[in-house]
Amino acid sequence: MEDLTDIYNELIMEHSMNSYNKKKLENVTCSEIGHNPNCGDEITLELKLNGDTIEDMAFSGHGCAISQASTSIMIDTLKGKTIGEAKQIINTFIDMIKRETKNEEELEKLEDAIAFRNVSNMPSRVKCALLAWHTLEDMIIKHDNSTCRGD
Amino acid sequence: MNIEEIRKDFPLLENRNIAYLDNGATTQKPIQVINTVKEFYEKYNANPHRGAYTLSVEATEVYENTRTKIAKFINAKHREEIIFSKNATESLNLIAYSYGMDNLKKDDEVVISIMEHHSNLVPWQKVTKITGSILNYMYINNDYELSDEEIEAKITDKTKIVGISHVSNALGTINNIKKIVKYAHKKGAIVLVDASQSIPHMKIDVQELDADFLVFSGHKMLAPLGIGVLYGKKELLNKMTPFLMGGDMIEYVYEQDTTFAPLPNKFEAGTQNVEGVVGLGSAIDYIEKIGYDEIQRIEEDLLKYAREQLSKLEYLDLYLTPNEDNHSGVISFNIKGVHAHDVASILDSQGVCVRSGNHCTQPLMRFLGIDSTCRASFYFYNTKEDVDRLVEALNKTYNMFKAYIK
Repeated sequence: MEDLTDIYNELIMEHSMNSYNKKKLENVTCSEIGHNPNCGDEITLELKLNGDTIEDMAFSGHGCAISQASTSIMIDTLKGKTIGEAKQIINTFIDMIKRETKNEEELEKLEDAIAFRNVSNMPSRVKCALLAWHTLEDMIIKHDNSTCRGD
Repeated sequence: MNIEEIRKDFPLLENRNIAYLDNGATTQKPIQVINTVKEFYEKYNANPHRGAYTLSVEATEVYENTRTKIAKFINAKHREEIIFSKNATESLNLIAYSYGMDNLKKDDEVVISIMEHHSNLVPWQKVTKITGSILNYMYINNDYELSDEEIEAKITDKTKIVGISHVSNALGTINNIKKIVKYAHKKGAIVLVDASQSIPHMKIDVQELDADFLVFSGHKMLAPLGIGVLYGKKELLNKMTPFLMGGDMIEYVYEQDTTFAPLPNKFEAGTQNVEGVVGLGSAIDYIEKIGYDEIQRIEEDLLKYAREQLSKLEYLDLYLTPNEDNHSGVISFNIKGVHAHDVASILDSQGVCVRSGNHCTQPLMRFLGIDSTCRASFYFYNTKEDVDRLVEALNKTYNMFKAYIK
C-alpha cells in the first residue's frame, strides 16, 4: 500500500484547509466556475489582469483537499506572470499530472505546484488536481476570444 | 457455515489483502459462480431461442430454467413475469418508458423518495416532463426515515406511480414497502420497488409485498456484472408496449408493421447476456445454500458491531437511522471538516475500500446539506476485523488532518 503522506504533506494541508487565496477580489477581469460533477468539487476562480499580466487571483468554493490546495498553489505560482507564461506553466502542470513530461527544467517553473507530482500515481484523484488548472485554461481561452466575463 | 469457510469461496478476498467494504457498489463473486460461467462457455454456449440444433436447445434450457429459478426465488406467480435486463437501471427505464409514458397524463403525479438513486429519479424527470405530469418527493425525517405522515401526505388521489427503493443505497434505511404499497393501492397508484440494495441481504417475496414492479441488479448479489431483472405483474406487463425493438421480441414482421411476441420475450430484444443469467442462477444457489436466515444473522451481528465502533469516533458525522431494525447494509459517514474523497484515498492506502462521493443521490446530498459522504457497505463475508481495519484507518486519517481542521 502506498504511503500518502508525501501527497497529504504540510504544504498541501495548509493550502487546502486555510488558504489565504480563498477570498473575493474587486474589479475582476474574468470569473469562472469549475466543477467535477462526479465528486461535487466546485470552485469559482477570479482573475484580475493588468494589461497582459496576472495582477491577482482568488477562489471560493468547496471540494477535497487536493482540489482546494491545487487551486491555491496555482494562484501563488501564476500571480505576476504574463498570460503567455501562465499558458506554458498550465501545460507543464497538466503534462506532469498525466505523466507526459519529465523535463526537470520545465517542472521547476511550477514552483510549489510540483508538490502534486505524485497525484499522477492516484488515477482517481487526477481530476481533483487538474480542476483549477483546466478552469483557468478555459478562462484564458475566453479572454483571448474577448468573451470572458467579470463581475 | 463459519465465516472462514465462506471467505475461502471468494478468490478475490483470498488474493487481495483488503477490507472490501464497497458491497453496495458490487459484491465479490464466489468460485461457484465463476465456475458456472466458465462451464457455460465450455459446454453450453450457443444463442438461445435461435437454433434447431441440440446445443442451442440446451442453451435455451439453461437460460429459461434460470428464469423459473428466479421466479421461485422472489415468489413470482408466473415465470414470464421475470424479464432479463442489463441492470436495475435498464429495468427502471423500461418501466418509465413503457408504463410511464403510456399511462401518465397531464397533472397526474409520480411520487418518489428523496433518497432515490439517480436511476429511479432521472427517468421520471424525463417522463413527467414529456407527459405534463408532476414529479413529487417524499422527504426523510431527522431519523433518515420516511414517516407514515409523509407517505400519506405525498401519495394522493392524483398519484399514478410510486417509485421507492426498498433499502437506500446512501443511508441504509429500510423503507416500509408494505405500508407504501397498501396506501398507494388505496389511492389507485401502482408501486415499483427498487430492490437493488435489499435482495442481497433479505428474502424478497413479491406477492407478500404486493409490488407491481420490482427491479434488481445481479452483480450486487454475487452474480456477474451486466445482468439485471425486472419483475412485473403479468396483467401490467401484458398491457405494456415493448421498450427495445429487435430480434426475438417479435411475432410477425411485415414491411410496415410488426406484431410482438408474448411475455417474457416481448421485453427481451436481441441476443441476451446468457452467461450473466446462468451466473445469476448460480448466485441464487449460493445464497440459498447459506440461507437468508444465516445471512441476516451474520450481517446483524456485523452491522451492530460497526455501528458501535463508528459511533465511538467523535470526529465522525454519521448519517444513520437510530432504529437498528430499519437499517441494512451501508453506513455513510464523514470526518468532520475533511472531504470524503480525501478520507477514501487515505483509507485506500491502508487497504480499506469504501465508496466516496454522492452515491448517485445528488438530491439527497443537497437535502442533507452536504456534497458527499464516505460509505462503508457490508456483505455476509465481511468480518469484525474488516470493521477494525476501517476504524484504525479512520483514526490514522483523522490524525493526519486534525492539526489543519478549522
